[in-house]
Amino acid sequence: MSRRIINNFATSVFILCAVIMTATLVYLLGYILTNGLSNVDWSFLTTNSSSAMEGGGIKNQLWNSFYILVVTLILSVPLGVLGGIYLAEYARPGKLTNVIRTSVEVLSSLPSIVVGMFGLLVFVQYAGLGYSIIAGALALTVFNLPIIVRVTEDSIRSVPKKQKNASLALGITHWHTVKTVLVPAAFPGILTGILLSAGRIFGEAAALLFTAGLSTNNLQFDTWNPFNSDSPLNPFRSAETLSVHIWKVNSQGIMPDVDEIASGSAAVLILFVLVFNVTARVIGNIIYNKITGSK
Amino acid sequence: MEKHSYEVENLNLWYGSSQALHEVKMDIPSNQVTAIIGPSGCGKSTFLKALNRMVEMVPGVKVAGNIKYNGDDILSSKYHPEELRTKVGMVFQHPNPFPKSIYDNVAFGARVKGIRKKAVLDEMVEKSLKRAAIWDEVKDRLNKNAMGLSGGQQQRICIARAIANEPDVVLMDEPTSALDPISTLRVEELIQQLKEHYTIVVVTHNMQQASRISDRTAFFLNGEIIEYDNTDQIFSNPRDRRTEDYISGRFG
Repeated sequence: MSRRIINNFATSVFILCAVIMTATLVYLLGYILTNGLSNVDWSFLTTNSSSAMEGGGIKNQLWNSFYILVVTLILSVPLGVLGGIYLAEYARPGKLTNVIRTSVEVLSSLPSIVVGMFGLLVFVQYAGLGYSIIAGALALTVFNLPIIVRVTEDSIRSVPKKQKNASLALGITHWHTVKTVLVPAAFPGILTGILLSAGRIFGEAAALLFTAGLSTNNLQFDTWNPFNSDSPLNPFRSAETLSVHIWKVNSQGIMPDVDEIASGSAAVLILFVLVFNVTARVIGNIIYNKITGSK
Repeated sequence: MEKHSYEVENLNLWYGSSQALHEVKMDIPSNQVTAIIGPSGCGKSTFLKALNRMVEMVPGVKVAGNIKYNGDDILSSKYHPEELRTKVGMVFQHPNPFPKSIYDNVAFGARVKGIRKKAVLDEMVEKSLKRAAIWDEVKDRLNKNAMGLSGGQQQRICIARAIANEPDVVLMDEPTSALDPISTLRVEELIQQLKEHYTIVVVTHNMQQASRISDRTAFFLNGEIIEYDNTDQIFSNPRDRRTEDYISGRFG
């Protein structure tokens, strides 16, 4: 009898925790979206922001967020994936490997504001990049790289050992085994990890405050020469991203519609992060089904 | 004089500081089935994996001695394990098809080697699946995932994948221990057919199986070969007391 009561009690504790988690998430999302989406329309997404007047939009900030995201992924994905493959497949157990692994762990637990300060000193000042997209992307790479390394290593390691043996026993070299057996099997996991980290990069503010800057030139979306200072593609111009914009508007905005702009921006940000997460799952599943053949 | 696929002499093998094989000497005749029996931990799987150098995957392993495969010293640093393993196929205890279609599994080795012509691959896949006695069961669903087959079918797909490489030796590490009795029987029949084309070395803990399918049997105990002879001789009239005790079920 009492065992049954304990069993029921344990079950209800688990259900309660799940309910609390879900309710918090639903409340948070609901609050941000209901407050924000009413302020979002096409002109909000396609007008320049205004520093004092009513009716500013988030065109440049939205563009900057995506641009920094793309540059960061270009920098961190190849490095991170290759590093993860190295740790999973090539690193021999020993001191050096432990040092590498510990560095990756410490790097991934650094507070982003510290990464921002590091970026300010090293990329902005020492390397002379100034407040720029490239400095911001490098700072984000510092904090994104360990995540991608970790996800890649875990995904490669979780491929059953017997599949690696099957390939090696066919006389296939280690490199071809990595390329044709391990990476394809680990690919859905790696891709999901990359897309989830993309959500984090997209929403990151603290690391960008001191690296990508708080202002944006008046971007000309018909000037695609990356060396023109008003070109959206110029990686050496300062760039305020969407999440930095939210922070700035909230802390020092003087326009009359501060609340509307902030909540609208927050809703847009959340929506895109959601899109990244859902895409991660969908694409991961599609690719998994594809490489494993039809069921 | 009969031809030997392998001539092994003075083979010693250590995992770290513990020695797993002691002075193993064994000639493995071509186009015959050689069974290796012995209790768990006697070194029989280790010996098998030394024959295609898969044992080197284990961290801290050290191998010393002579293993000649078709006259070549395979432990020499000049001998590439990849080259050896295309000539010496291996089938594992647990069926391990890739999570790909049946066709892609069998064509895997050839594709990595750069064979792209569909006609060549088609012919090779069909021939291998026929030799592995599974063609009739899967010919209508070559594009289905091999993971969806039964354990016994998966194991025969793995055999087909190994022989698609055109090896001349196939090593089998307890190939039926994860299978049900009917699948076991089919794999045993298959092994008998395969020896026409390949030299087979099979590790088994099932003594009836060894006596049913093999021409030669080696009995391993604590990393040593206790007795190695014709299978009939071993099972009807063993010379060593320990062999007799083992095959009559007194230990192991």
